[in-house]
Amino acid sequence: MELQLQMELDEGTAKIRLGGRLDATNAPAFQEELKKLIGKDVSKIVFFSEDLEYIASAGLRVMIFAKQRIGMNAQVYLIGAQQTVLDVIKMSGLDTFMTIQDSFDQKTQ
Amino acid sequence: MIRRLDAHPTHECKGFSLRSGKPIPFGAVIVPGGVNFSVYSRYADSCVLVLFNKHEPAPFAEIPFFPEFCIGNVFSMVVFDLDYENIEYGYRMTGPWDPKSGHRFDSSKILLDPYAKSIGGRDEWGKEPDWSNIFPHRSRIFFDDFDWEDDTQLQIPFEDLVIYEMHVRNFTAHPSSGIKHPGTFSGIREKIPYLKSLGINCVELLPVHEFDEFEHSRLSPVTGERLMNLWGYSNVGFFAPKAGYAATGKYGMQVDELKTTIKALHKAGIEVILDVVFNHTAEGNEQGPYISYRGIDNKSYYMLTPEGYYYNFSGCGNTLNCNNPIVRNMILDCLRYWVSDYHIDGFRFDLASILGRDQNGAPMNSPPLLETLAFDPVLGKCKLIAEAWDAGGLYQVGSFPSWDRWAEWNGKYRDDMRRFLKGDAGMVPAVMQRLQGSPDLYQWQNRMTSASVNFITCHDGFTLMDLVSYNDKHNEANGEDNRDGSNDNSSWNCGAEGPSDDPEITQLRLKQIKNAAAMLLVSNGAPMVLSGDEMGNSQDGNNNAYCQDNSISWLNWDLLKSHGELFRFMKQMIAFRMKHDVLRKSSYVRNTDSNAEISWHGVRAWEPDASFDSRTIAFMCRRFGCPEEPDVYAAVNMHWECHSFELPAAEGNAKWHVFANTDMRPPHDISEIGNEVLLDNQHAFLAGPRSVVVLVSKLNQRKGEDNGTAVTDGT
Repeated sequence: MELQLQMELDEGTAKIRLGGRLDATNAPAFQEELKKLIGKDVSKIVFFSEDLEYIASAGLRVMIFAKQRIGMNAQVYLIGAQQTVLDVIKMSGLDTFMTIQDSFDQKTQ
Repeated sequence: MIRRLDAHPTHECKGFSLRSGKPIPFGAVIVPGGVNFSVYSRYADSCVLVLFNKHEPAPFAEIPFFPEFCIGNVFSMVVFDLDYENIEYGYRMTGPWDPKSGHRFDSSKILLDPYAKSIGGRDEWGKEPDWSNIFPHRSRIFFDDFDWEDDTQLQIPFEDLVIYEMHVRNFTAHPSSGIKHPGTFSGIREKIPYLKSLGINCVELLPVHEFDEFEHSRLSPVTGERLMNLWGYSNVGFFAPKAGYAATGKYGMQVDELKTTIKALHKAGIEVILDVVFNHTAEGNEQGPYISYRGIDNKSYYMLTPEGYYYNFSGCGNTLNCNNPIVRNMILDCLRYWVSDYHIDGFRFDLASILGRDQNGAPMNSPPLLETLAFDPVLGKCKLIAEAWDAGGLYQVGSFPSWDRWAEWNGKYRDDMRRFLKGDAGMVPAVMQRLQGSPDLYQWQNRMTSASVNFITCHDGFTLMDLVSYNDKHNEANGEDNRDGSNDNSSWNCGAEGPSDDPEITQLRLKQIKNAAAMLLVSNGAPMVLSGDEMGNSQDGNNNAYCQDNSISWLNWDLLKSHGELFRFMKQMIAFRMKHDVLRKSSYVRNTDSNAEISWHGVRAWEPDASFDSRTIAFMCRRFGCPEEPDVYAAVNMHWECHSFELPAAEGNAKWHVFANTDMRPPHDISEIGNEVLLDNQHAFLAGPRSVVVLVSKLNQRKGEDNGTAVTDGT
């Protein structure tokens, strides 16, 4: 399945909705999309991942890229990720730079 | 950014877009638009790149290297538009089949890239492989970035190390480890708080390069269980981490997982040393499989007899031709890669004496490989530790070429201390050397205590509990009629072979373990503790458990409850060592002049008894001109009877306090640092049979002022 990707910037919060598979074939396109945020005032990067079925190492790298290039001080959230996706992130230890939550409330977070 | 001129194809083949590649670096590297493949062979005539979709039984493409893609003996090309995360690749090499001349080319075989940074095929530990697979160990392509943040090598001075030798899987595979991902790199990360609480500052990992746990797999004649290659001293690939050791191996993320683990260990102040095996490969002798090297360039990679058979200095079928310039460069590339990409702090070289043999197997005076490693800039801050012997009879403890860089596993330390521990006569002179960091072995070369890794036990041989529980090895479960493993263990079972209900025996065993730990941790040189010894782990008398992927090898964490006193003792001894600089001298302690930092004693102060029948020795460490630094005194009585040790006077107004006395039952066997108990009689101490006493001098405090009452003797 292809990657589904929607992105919007809402008062300093970059909301990125992911679905399908995120791997080496579509990670470059995803990265290009994220590059549009460079230089903008972003304090939070939120990946809504309920519909993300699979993530490979290239996909994770783009998330790390987001943190490094868009804002080292921005908080990164991973929301509603499925267990398989969570497992990869946690076991590889790449969970340390993001906050993992079931849901996201822009007002309180 | 301007697009590179070489980022577009020049050739087409079978629907693939290609161009001539770059020969260096070797291996497969992601470049703009594609992947650069580079592999060398001195004697091959031609080469074909074979591409598989991940896990597929048959290749989806075979792309020959055009003649114009070759430079020297290197085949290199860029293949554009590859879905690199989902492919696996190998090579077919064509060349002469002439075993007498050393050539064994066979183009029907698909070969692993010797520089593969990630290897598929054994992604999950112990998962039965498909034996009909035409390409069982597959090179993979990996995007080798990682966010190390500000991590670097820790560069802990050698003399300050306390090394913990461990096996990734054995450490947490047992259900009692209570962690989420047993037996993995990730499991080590979960146990970092434990390692911190023990106080070690360096882990030495048994091989983590990709190997095949199913190599020589068979059933145990005793238990019927499958025997595996658990230890991994048999490399499939030198550049790739063992996928089956990663919880994420099935997702192909073992590289990230290992790097994350190393980063976390570094954050906790713990160095990582890798046990590396460059003496042989998993291809065995002429009967063995084609994995990579044999089919790529047999004559360069292996030491061959004049008839073209494999020399076997490793005891494992073949011998890597380490001082062939091609192989030497591969080893250097490999170690540089592990240092620069994985931030590894040091290496322990398995059967390192092989690395000093020439291409005909003869030992060299200044082996180029060892010299290259000693002076290499990338390895410049790395610890280099040799297992200074090999299976071909070369034994170089004390004489391994060092250039002031190489340290050694001090096999003589192990042998002498074991014999002293079990009460052998005639050991005192040797033990005096071992306690000082073995100047008899190393000082003549102007080397220092950093030349010596002191150990009494290691993965190879009895655990410490078994050393005091068995006179003989019990390796029947290995299926080799108890012929494997060393017969020379210098062990003593304390009165009964194996497990015992006799409290006298079990108490003596615990005491002997503490004696060993105490001696190890007051010796100059870098101590190495075998994982599990701190909780009395046993392998049921198996002294060669390389194939026992089961409870024989797995560390049983419940032992922490039943043998908590051993953990406490080891932890406090480590803390004591770290507290007292005089036990961690980089240069040899002065032992002759009137301001000697170490003075020798015995049953009588200032009169060590090094005679043949003596089994007692004591020493005092003192730093002159540093009155604030306490003296340390240790009395070792390996005789089966009590001996009263006359004490030298502590410096100035200080008084002797008891830190450890292995003859006492817990909690009086050892103190917390700072809570040492004032000794009532400052002139003599009665050491119990087979016991070690450690005293520390402190400024006079009134009796009972620090932690209870003063003690008299240790009986």
